Amino acid sequence: METLNFKHTARQRAAGFKAKAIVGVVASGNLEVLVERVLPDTRCHIEVNTATEGFGPVWEAVVSDFVERRSPGGLRFSVNDGGARPDTVALRLAQAVRSMEDDR
Amino acid sequence: MSGSRFENMVGGLEARAVSWYESSARQRVKLLLDPDSFVEFVGPEQRETSPHLCVFDLPEQFDDGMIVGHGRIGGGPVFVAAQEGRFMGGAIGEVHGAKLTGLLRAARDRNSVPVLVLFDTGGVRLQEANAGELAIAEIMRALMEARSAGVPVVGLVGGRAGCYGGGGLIAGCCSALAVSEQGRISVSGPEVIETNRGVEEFDSKDRALVWRTMGGKNRRLMGGAEVFVDDTVEDFRAAALHLITSVPRFTAAALDAEQVRLQERLDRFGSCADALDLWQAQGVNDAQAVPAMPAGPFIDLADRIWEPCYDAR
Repeated sequence: METLNFKHTARQRAAGFKAKAIVGVVASGNLEVLVERVLPDTRCHIEVNTATEGFGPVWEAVVSDFVERRSPGGLRFSVNDGGARPDTVALRLAQAVRSMEDDR
Repeated sequence: MSGSRFENMVGGLEARAVSWYESSARQRVKLLLDPDSFVEFVGPEQRETSPHLCVFDLPEQFDDGMIVGHGRIGGGPVFVAAQEGRFMGGAIGEVHGAKLTGLLRAARDRNSVPVLVLFDTGGVRLQEANAGELAIAEIMRALMEARSAGVPVVGLVGGRAGCYGGGGLIAGCCSALAVSEQGRISVSGPEVIETNRGVEEFDSKDRALVWRTMGGKNRRLMGGAEVFVDDTVEDFRAAALHLITSVPRFTAAALDAEQVRLQERLDRFGSCADALDLWQAQGVNDAQAVPAMPAGPFIDLADRIWEPCYDAR
């Protein structure tokens, strides 16, 4: 197993007031993302646990692009990866932010 | 239109249309229960993950593939447990099992709130062998204790992984089961039987054989499941509401009646080599047509052939 940690500064606070959400499932080619609103408004942390070792630079690129596009300020993401491709990862991260937009 | 009314309407429409088989465990719970009524126990944010999978370099899931909590169905309170069949085939490990055991003990102590178990499992998680086997034994004990305290425990079977191994044993302990065509119920799976007894005994690659032996239709006709439902969340919801209010009390008389029912079944059908023979012996005119029959006509047929035996089980 490999654990990767990414800490970013976001342009703005993520929309909505929901405190936490979970999307996805740990299955082959898939991943789950637990997202929690626990950080200062401009901070964003992403922790990845993956059994597919050696893809740190790819994760870094996907995560940087995600933070730039979505500006998920205030959110901490915890990822359990089942060997998902970068496009699946990007979609799950976007889904996670979207599911925090509800009122509660 | 107020927000909540709109949500209710959308929720209702979704539940009618959505396939149980295709849904995730969380979607099933959300759409099965009354809107916004579900409260989870030991949710994923508590990160109560398996202590064993890391030894095998395998990824964990934050809820360990088991979602437990309480909510309302048809306005009444209910405990609910749902297995996620896509995470390790819904396999039962130490934490996964402990969550269901805890829920059943809470139901036992409360002794008035029914339990719904949304099965989707291949059985014990092999990486957690002994802990998983013990978990299944604990679940069965807790389930029988809950039923003894007067709690209806209803199993719903219609997921991708079916309901196999220890999951099949737990299902057999329930007060009643509702099953869809996709919801296979058995203890040994097709590959296990073939490996142990030979391809002549059971050809696991013969999908038609697998479905007509272990699939929901045969389970309903044999009396292994009380209700057959179409593969929609709405149909499972209706079956759950019906069963939690109609199952008989768990008494020595009910167990005696169950023993009589099973003995009769063995006497009548013990010599049948195939489900087709069994259906023919039950009086189904065209047994060959059963596997392709849509849910509606099949439910009518099953009700004609074999009324649900609510006094037994």
